[in-house]
Amino acid sequence: MKVELFIRRFNPETDTKSRMVRYEVEVEPTDRLLDALNAIKWYQDGTLTFRKSCAHGICGSDAMLINGVNRLACKVLIKDLGDRITVEPLRGFRVIKDLVVDMEPFFAAYRSVKPYLINDEPAPRTERRQSPEERERFDDTTKCILCAACTTSCPSFWANEDYIGPAAIVNAHRFLFDSRDRGAAERVDILNSKFGVWRCRTIFNCADACPRGIEVTRAIQDVKRFLLNARI
Amino acid sequence: MARSSYSRQRPMGGGFELFAWYFMRISGLLLVLMALGHIVIMHIINSVEVINYAFVARRWAVPFWRVYDWILLALGVLHGSNGIRVVIDDYVHHRGWRAFCTSALYVLAFVLLVMGTEVLLTFTPGV
Ligand code: SF4
Ligand code: FES
Repeated sequence: MKVELFIRRFNPETDTKSRMVRYEVEVEPTDRLLDALNAIKWYQDGTLTFRKSCAHGICGSDAMLINGVNRLACKVLIKDLGDRITVEPLRGFRVIKDLVVDMEPFFAAYRSVKPYLINDEPAPRTERRQSPEERERFDDTTKCILCAACTTSCPSFWANEDYIGPAAIVNAHRFLFDSRDRGAAERVDILNSKFGVWRCRTIFNCADACPRGIEVTRAIQDVKRFLLNARI
Repeated sequence: MARSSYSRQRPMGGGFELFAWYFMRISGLLLVLMALGHIVIMHIINSVEVINYAFVARRWAVPFWRVYDWILLALGVLHGSNGIRVVIDDYVHHRGWRAFCTSALYVLAFVLLVMGTEVLLTFTPGV
């Protein structure tokens, strides 16, 4: 089938403003949007720029605004998008070129919550054991692929880029609720600040956007309750 | 949209934000219940036609209702102004304007609270 793609393009060397460019490609309805983008890049216009790597929804490179919602280009099928498709870069980050945005602020927020296991107790002779129930507590948030679909769908983040954003909170959740972790005290300052979880207005865009089906808003709510119980 | 530097601001004022969030939950719940109570009394049990100066005077003769109305007033003003504070925080980025809007909001909330409290405390049925 033939589909029309309207892609928001921006070349920092020549453009002052982004513009929508129209392309026509022949694709199968069961192709993914990424296939259509590749068809353009490989056979029509090699200057079209976007990130992709795994093409299987696991590296988190190709989140973009597709028909107005954040999706992974490698996961969404043409037949679910119709024959007029708009593709734009993620909102809220500086556009470097075409669909490629500057992810550094995103990773700065990610780093700020110390997304790694902190435990300075002497290592036990065997492994640090964990019951299936304890593992289950943070299972949902282990699935994050850091695609930034959630953070860039969040109106609170658009309004204030200093908000650490849902993805950082999801990854804090991953360790806060891990029974082996002892790093809560090192994470609460940033989470409990004006730019932490309290910026969340419970809008639920993040949960809608997550390509991994993580219940992002619930995770944020968990962290709010955690802070409340820790302080009271 | 571009960020001038990638370093993140130091966290601050955490305790207050947590308290404000919790306060919004509790006060919101109380406000729903108390406002429903208010509606039931003023619009369902008593029809609007019978509500006049004398009706309010009679009601306020009982201290319980003055306290009830004061709590309703205080929660309403604080809940509402905290909501606006959050909106200002989200959308007014210029430091000067933000200081101005927040101060104006605090003054307004304070004036409303004082005026309402004054009426509730000093009201004496005149007729
Ligand atoms: S929580 Fe979901 S949407 Fe957000 S970064 Fe992780 S995988 Fe992407
Ligand atoms: S290319 Fe890896 S997630 Fe889409």
